[in-house]
Amino acid sequence: MHGEPRDGRIVIVGASLAGLRAAETLREEGFAGTLTLIGEEPHTPYDRPPLSKQVLLGTVSADKTGLPQRREVDAEWKLGVRATGLDPVGKQVLLADGEKVPFDRLLIATGTRARPWPNPAEAALDGVFTLRTIEDAGRLAERLDAGPRRVLVVGAGFTGSEIASACRERGLEVTVAERGPAPLVGALGGTLGALAAKLQRAHGVDLRCGVTVTALEGNGRLTGARFSDGTGIDADVAVVALGAVRNTEWLAESGIAAGPRGVTCDAGCRAFDMYGIVTDDVFAAGDVARFPHPLFEYQLLSLEHWGNAVAQAEVAAHNMIHAGPRRRPHLTVPAFWSSQFGLNIKSVGVPTFSDQVVIAQGSLKDARLVAVYGYRGRVTAAVSVNQAKSLEYYQRLIETAAPFPPAPGAADRIESPEPVPSDVPDPKVLSHGPTVALTGHLPDRRLTLVQPAR
Amino acid sequence: MNIVVDLNRCQGYAQCAFVAPRVFTMHGEEALLYTPAVPDDQQGRVLRAEAACPVQAILVGEEAGAGAR
Ligand SMILES: Cc1cc2nc3c(=O)[nH]c(=O)nc-3n(C[C@H](O)[C@H](O)[C@H](O)COP(=O)(O)OP(=O)(O)OC[C@H]3O[C@@H](n4cnc5c(N)ncnc54)[C@H](O)[C@@H]3O)c2cc1C
Ligand code: SF4
Repeated sequence: MHGEPRDGRIVIVGASLAGLRAAETLREEGFAGTLTLIGEEPHTPYDRPPLSKQVLLGTVSADKTGLPQRREVDAEWKLGVRATGLDPVGKQVLLADGEKVPFDRLLIATGTRARPWPNPAEAALDGVFTLRTIEDAGRLAERLDAGPRRVLVVGAGFTGSEIASACRERGLEVTVAERGPAPLVGALGGTLGALAAKLQRAHGVDLRCGVTVTALEGNGRLTGARFSDGTGIDADVAVVALGAVRNTEWLAESGIAAGPRGVTCDAGCRAFDMYGIVTDDVFAAGDVARFPHPLFEYQLLSLEHWGNAVAQAEVAAHNMIHAGPRRRPHLTVPAFWSSQFGLNIKSVGVPTFSDQVVIAQGSLKDARLVAVYGYRGRVTAAVSVNQAKSLEYYQRLIETAAPFPPAPGAADRIESPEPVPSDVPDPKVLSHGPTVALTGHLPDRRLTLVQPAR
Repeated sequence: MNIVVDLNRCQGYAQCAFVAPRVFTMHGEEALLYTPAVPDDQQGRVLRAEAACPVQAILVGEEAGAGAR
């Protein structure tokens, strides 16, 4: 390659958030060649976060979550067709319909899909759902409209908890089953997990922690479920919220470093091959990518966060059309939001990359707080509950690896802090996968909570 | 016309909910919910909300890939 590669053929596989934002950026930054977007779903790009919020609440219909485009994107769209393989030598993407699409540079943005219920016969029962696509959300919303007697949510990660919240807001009876000790514990640790459990129960959720669902029962239609503690419930809807599976199978024979944890790439979004050699023509972005981050000791990070898909796609697109020294790293501080049970939860950094946590502002009692996380004496994350305006401040502490616990000026209203021990579970004990996966790092099992004395 | 709000950036100032209450509503004290597909009669208000948002979290545009196939 010579000069600034603004011409040629670029193919993007995965026509959703990351794919779209990359396409826009390519054109914005002057890519003048041919651009092709390949997407398995028949739809143009749409936004997923509303699916577990507005759509389940019934305020927006599932097919009305289309993503706006920031600029004209001159591209050929191949929708409703799956990429089934990649020939890295012949430089072409193989499609399910037999077509071969040649490329000079390729962006992998195939994201993740919902992890299915492991028993196929039970998964096929009428009334059993997962939630990832607009079809999923449309069908589930319709079923909730019909007023089921009880909804079972399997897995209390962010998606499961948001589903439970929407059901309660509709006045439906909900049981949530979680293998771990509390909802959200895999992403936020034990302290906020305990708060989430309290909130769910206060909102009338029948929350069962430390149990697994051993069987979904029914005859054609779902009628109920059995739990590992010997109990069972009647339910006519079950939503399986067991986390996500990365869409990398189509890369199996490609020689690219792709596996269940995603496509490994460098901080410039260039994919590695299976020998650990960085490619210069295959890039990855979004939920499917796995990349090293200096703030987290260069461990490989896989994030299932909206903001990461946008930021990483922009960096990937920039680097696809700029030569060596003009390339940029993707070093954005990870961030995500969730809303459930009337609360706005926001996170910056990686809360699971921590050994200690302090409630730096507010209190658990009021469910209005900022929890700051530290690892070996430096700030690595902060999570706000109904206190989003403070978060920017802590983001700067994370970016500058400020000492943990944060200095008193930072910590509003901290009276004599009192350490309380708390546990973060091994991801293996959770029902769902973590929304952040760090390779090689297991959080300290004995987190210390420092909270203001009451 | 479609919108998406970058809720990482959104600070819950509720300016948008004030300008275009049929499209943006606060859910609880801080969480923002919005209607991604903007009804025709709300487009003017949404454009004003976009301009009013102090952190420029609202992205307005035509639906992506329209006419894709
Ligand atoms: C219900 C729900 C709620 C969410 N809420 C939040 C939230 O509140 N906050 C937050 O930060 N994040 C949230 N997220 C996460 C956010 O939506 C994702 O991080 C984001 O969608 C990632 O975008 P992506 O483009 O990388 O991948 P995806 O959105 O997964 O898109 C990948 C696309 O690639 C396609 N594809 C896959 N394989 C192939 C193939 N072989 N050939 C062709 N096409 C293929 C898929 O069909 C899909 O359309 C939520 C996700 C869901 C499902
Ligand atoms: S005006 Fe902007 S910051 Fe305020 S609620 Fe609306 S989107 Fe959020």
